[in-house]
Amino acid sequence: MIRAKDCVAMLLAGGEGRRLGILTRDMAKPAVPFGGKYRVIDFTLSNCTNSGILTVGVLTQYQPLVLNSHIGIGIPWDLDRKNGGVTVLPPFMRQKGGQWYSGTADAIYQNFYFIERYDPRYVLVISGDHIYKMDYSRMLKYHQDKQADVTIAVIQVPWDDASRFGIMNTCEEGRIVEFEEKPEKPRSNMASMGIYIFNREILSEHLETDQNNPASSNDFGKNVIPQMLQAGCRMYAFLFQGYWKDVGTLESFWEANMDLLLDNPELDLYDRNWPIYTVNPNQPPHYQCSSAQVNRALVNEGCMVFGRVEHSILFPGVQVGKDSVVRDSIIMSGTVIGSGVVLERAIVGENVIIGDGCFTKGRENEIVVVQENTVVPEGSAVESTLNGEVAGMKGEAR
Amino acid sequence: MKDVMGVIYVNNQEEGLQPLTRDRCVASVPFGGRYRLIDFILSSMVNSGIFNISVFTVRKYRSLMDHLETGKAWDLNRKHDGLFILPPQTHYHSAEFQGALQSFNQHLDYFHRSKQNYVVISGSNLVCNLDLSYVVSFHRQSDADITLLYKEVENGQEDFAGCARVITGKEEPAGIGQRVEDILSGTDPMPGEKAALCVYVMRKALLLELIQQCSEAGRFHLLDDGIISNLPSLKVCAYPVDGFISMISSIDLFYRRSMDLLQPINWGKLFFQPGLIYTKVKDEPPTRYTEDARVKNSLLANGCIVEGCVENSVLFRGVKINKGAHVKDSIIMQRCVVGENARVENAILDKEAAVSPNKIFRGEVQSPVVLEKRKTV
Repeated sequence: MIRAKDCVAMLLAGGEGRRLGILTRDMAKPAVPFGGKYRVIDFTLSNCTNSGILTVGVLTQYQPLVLNSHIGIGIPWDLDRKNGGVTVLPPFMRQKGGQWYSGTADAIYQNFYFIERYDPRYVLVISGDHIYKMDYSRMLKYHQDKQADVTIAVIQVPWDDASRFGIMNTCEEGRIVEFEEKPEKPRSNMASMGIYIFNREILSEHLETDQNNPASSNDFGKNVIPQMLQAGCRMYAFLFQGYWKDVGTLESFWEANMDLLLDNPELDLYDRNWPIYTVNPNQPPHYQCSSAQVNRALVNEGCMVFGRVEHSILFPGVQVGKDSVVRDSIIMSGTVIGSGVVLERAIVGENVIIGDGCFTKGRENEIVVVQENTVVPEGSAVESTLNGEVAGMKGEAR
Repeated sequence: MKDVMGVIYVNNQEEGLQPLTRDRCVASVPFGGRYRLIDFILSSMVNSGIFNISVFTVRKYRSLMDHLETGKAWDLNRKHDGLFILPPQTHYHSAEFQGALQSFNQHLDYFHRSKQNYVVISGSNLVCNLDLSYVVSFHRQSDADITLLYKEVENGQEDFAGCARVITGKEEPAGIGQRVEDILSGTDPMPGEKAALCVYVMRKALLLELIQQCSEAGRFHLLDDGIISNLPSLKVCAYPVDGFISMISSIDLFYRRSMDLLQPINWGKLFFQPGLIYTKVKDEPPTRYTEDARVKNSLLANGCIVEGCVENSVLFRGVKINKGAHVKDSIIMQRCVVGENARVENAILDKEAAVSPNKIFRGEVQSPVVLEKRKTV
């Protein structure tokens, strides 16, 4: 017997994240490690738990192994529930064949039976590749107060950037009157965050219509939202204030990490009322030896630092050898950096071994990205790993 | 190891660890930056393949139960077996509790219901990282009735004050252990002597016999009454262990062993070999160093914010060191706050304690002062 839920969350986590290059070769974008101990999806999953939305469907498609094992049965987020909890929803076969999720709306459409099991009044659609903290229950309250059919979370972006986003034009009390996807001359700077609350019947109806339109690419932003607007649905914009970042490119991924190192970071990881949960790495406290010097950095359990770490993030179990300098870099779990190494503006994947005396030789402002499980031999230049080929070095996985 | 169950009794050495044991039992005294004393033997048992473990408590066990929860952190939340926390059935007045066998006697059902035929019994204040499967296989091969663990005391080592001395005879053919000729309790083992570690392996049937025999006599001390007085009729063997091992029984020892973890070799030995030590998960964010942070030779758990200077110290989870503060040769437990320009030296700050801005809290070298839980200087 399944008890009815007021609101079910559908978390889109199937994205490839092509622009993250080698980081997403073996894992989906929401599974990419972030912020010293998290994966990108932890932020939305924790938002669900902290908002009291305890029924979450996670839609996976691209390279789901890391994501699946990370989510498990949802224990770290307290989403291992008898009723509801987290459910991973991959594409599947039916008697009349099956198909991959062709777009965000199609993914929800194909899993509508999952939503109906809980008989909710509202469906929250979120995506697992944004870094932010948001109380969805406040947005739901707003949705109810406005007696809306659809509520879309928006954030004010700099006017210069507005033409990169889906822009909402609203009238005074927040009702959306127009939606423009990446407008050349934006008339508003309210960008859609890709967070939607729908009344379930309305969503069901419009997904059906969308499916019957052969010209549609089955995407919320491109197809379903404009279609709803045209049909005269009551659509409201919910203004979000706070930190929000799409980590879609290597530059924005690096920046979002570096944002955590500012003096008063906008994204507060230390708020005990809104913890970000993740799988516990279970390592001892980290060790700083007498010769270590660490400034403006995030360091995690199991690390051993003998050298210098400046303006960088070390994931659990990272070792930094003597006389090494790590600057403006992100070093993921289990990576061992030898002595006399100089790393600058680097993103180093998990379990990489960097031999003594290695150094980064990126061009100006280039971010050097080293693929996980590689070995960089002593004294060599550390260069970016591209398309699975290791530039200038050969390495065997440990 | 499927046939082995683990029994941890919360031994009664609260006095030496006052005031850390004012509101908690020895087993739940925080140690090593994020652990509690019980985590070490509990994790050793789990890493050795023991999945039926009971914890016999006596007093002040609220924090211990809160820490252990359902055993999830140790993978002991099982359908069958798993973790059993067994508090006393009667409330003991201080003089009434006489030993572990008294606790065991109150929970005979637990022993009868468990399917395992062997038990590993241990005290709860042993800081160690052990693979007990070697001990158990030695025990079986040497056909011993009881095998006890010992550590040869090194020069200047005071870790085993209060432990019994083990006098051993000839080597057992089965391995590196020896036959025990005598066990002497009452005087501290000297360097070169063998200290008994309160870890015993025996058949469950024998344990039940000992419980019954001792209960009838009204004597409940596991070693003195259960083992030593039966020494003539039992084959007791001794098995040596090595590594980072300590029986934390005094503040002084607590302080020094914590400081020893600042040597990477000890850090590696205690926390990684042969297995990892598990503890309750707190979901703490990474530790954050600001521009002004200066940290030397220290251990820091997650969730700390360091704006000041930390030297030769151990910081537990969620500690805040404010600007201009200087922490030296100290142990700062969970969620303590050291205010701006405050100075802490040779000190132990119990959980959630605070040192106000510009204040000085300082103990003598090798004789640390303790700031009690939730107190403010």
